[in-house]
Amino acid sequence: MTGWSKHTGMATAIDIENIDTDQIIPARFMSAPRSDGYGGFLLHDLRFDTTGNPRPNFPINLFPAVSILVGRRNFGTGSSREAAVYALGDFGIRAVIAPSFGDIFAANCINNGVLPALVSNKAATDLIVWLSGRQAQLNLNIRSRTISFDDQTVTFTLNDASAQKLLNGWDDIDLTQHHLSAIAAYRARRAQMQPWVFPANETAG
Amino acid sequence: MTTLLDKLWDSHEIHCGRDGRSLLWVDRHLVHEGSHHAFSKLAERNSMVVEPNLTFGVADHYVPTRGTAASPAIVRMIETLERNAEKHGITYYGQLDSRQGIVHVIGPEQGLTLPGLLITCGDSHTSTHGAFGALAFGIGATEVSHVLATQTIWQSRPKSMRIAISGNLLPGVGSKDLALAWIAKLGADGAREHAVEYTGSAVRRLSMDGRMTLCNMSIEGGARFGMIAPDETTFAYIKDRPFAPSDALFKRAQMYWETLTSDENAEFDREVCIDASEIAPIVTWGTSPEDALPVTATVPNPTALAGTDSERVASAIDYMGLVPGRALTEVQIDQVFIGSCTNARIEDLRAAAAVLAGRRAKVPGLVSPGSQQIKAQAEAEGLDHIFIDAGLEWGNAGCSMCVAMNGDRVQSGKRCASTTNRNFRGRQGRDARTHLMSPAMVAAAAITGHLTDVRPFLKERLTE
Repeated sequence: MTGWSKHTGMATAIDIENIDTDQIIPARFMSAPRSDGYGGFLLHDLRFDTTGNPRPNFPINLFPAVSILVGRRNFGTGSSREAAVYALGDFGIRAVIAPSFGDIFAANCINNGVLPALVSNKAATDLIVWLSGRQAQLNLNIRSRTISFDDQTVTFTLNDASAQKLLNGWDDIDLTQHHLSAIAAYRARRAQMQPWVFPANETAG
Repeated sequence: MTTLLDKLWDSHEIHCGRDGRSLLWVDRHLVHEGSHHAFSKLAERNSMVVEPNLTFGVADHYVPTRGTAASPAIVRMIETLERNAEKHGITYYGQLDSRQGIVHVIGPEQGLTLPGLLITCGDSHTSTHGAFGALAFGIGATEVSHVLATQTIWQSRPKSMRIAISGNLLPGVGSKDLALAWIAKLGADGAREHAVEYTGSAVRRLSMDGRMTLCNMSIEGGARFGMIAPDETTFAYIKDRPFAPSDALFKRAQMYWETLTSDENAEFDREVCIDASEIAPIVTWGTSPEDALPVTATVPNPTALAGTDSERVASAIDYMGLVPGRALTEVQIDQVFIGSCTNARIEDLRAAAAVLAGRRAKVPGLVSPGSQQIKAQAEAEGLDHIFIDAGLEWGNAGCSMCVAMNGDRVQSGKRCASTTNRNFRGRQGRDARTHLMSPAMVAAAAITGHLTDVRPFLKERLTE
């Protein structure tokens, strides 16, 4: 995964609260291998009717080239399925702006280079109104935690750890390799002090 | 002055980074068919599972509960898990194993879930295991691959929240009602970024099955973690479970487990108080678990609300095919489902059977026990006959109709009274309509064919 600090792209609004990960990617698509590409599954049942035809007025059908979505509260609530972020990423989405996110979804975003930009309720509403029925360009800056458009700038919240991961594109498994001796020492200490934490009846292998 | 959260967190912290994230040790890692992306990531790195003896696999999300697998893709999902378990030397409970069941049911059942442990699983309902005083949370596929490769996980410490539940639950009101009550009060994102600890006399009186239901639903209120300090109820449940410590080791463990409480003066970032005696049986009417009301209420009227609330309620009512202002008990249902990691344990089945015994369901339905062991126990108690005699189908163990990825699903436009955890749009099948409620309430709805207050049925039973 490559890191990034700035992005300029087209944004549109999805003016719906509680967009859960079951809506971002319905369960029936999740057995597909990642190599198939998940972009076509994004918000599938909102985008397409039961006969498979696109609903013409759904925002990302109107504006398929957007790379930023603005949503309402509790975006990405529900299931931990990382496939929801694969669908966003494969569709070309680099950032979601919303006043609250599902915690697991937000973590999954960070692990896939997608920015979950947390803004105030007012800022989200203002953006949604500004984007109503159209797409428009936004500039995102992870270092300054800003979203700018026209002559306006709004700030978003992102903790330092998440910002560092997005900026560097680091894989945690590589990072953890620097702590192997501490992990081994912890494990040994735990086995000695609290042997009961290891399963009593090890049947594996 | 320490919270249970802090005690559990500190005891698992290997390292705290400058960015504030902690590297935590994982005592148990549970995997299922959905973990295939994580195993692929591991394969890309040519890595192996570093602690196969702390990793346990079970087929639950994709297993058929009636007959054979619904599609070749579903067969492939189960076979992939089986192959990965074999490759990495992981204990695996396949479809034919008598210990198979829903991951959050079998973890406790096998004694894998213990107080003081850190437990992860690529499933948001991992909060269930917090009922034992464990630090248990759902993670995404990238995090699953990290745990597989290192037996550790990087996390930022959540904020702490105490939900204190005083008083007594009234007859006909259970743990599911308690969960839906607080979620309705605080919202589906009310506890986001928080770890919830449930305390109070009503929680102490809950059985482990009830506590698991409560902790399971934490994520529906936005909390990735739910937990209850362990006590005698917990210890009695754990004793003699296959993977639990025994004899001297159990005693030693229990001495430690007894320290796993929040200190009397511990400060929480947020505190909420609920009086259990004020809670009535609850049903959801909308498309988020926060859309929950006492069954005696009416469908909300969007015109009485303002702004986005009005829009959201109108949209949910439209999807659900309801009439604003109409009594919830007038809502006709097409089918019922009793199952899922929320409400498919033996007490859930007993509660539903107590209402259904000697009665006929007006609508079809499926009962899917949470594990094969629960299925066997229910059959030994004759509960299967009660369900079958009532006209319901008695299935096998799995996630079944809660997730709509294994062949069990609600058809488009159909309305299901369900003991599951999510009433999201399309959750139980495309355009399916889900009403969440307790097992007893689902049983009552099955008998009448509409949403129903179970309490009169129980009263009749008591006077019979």
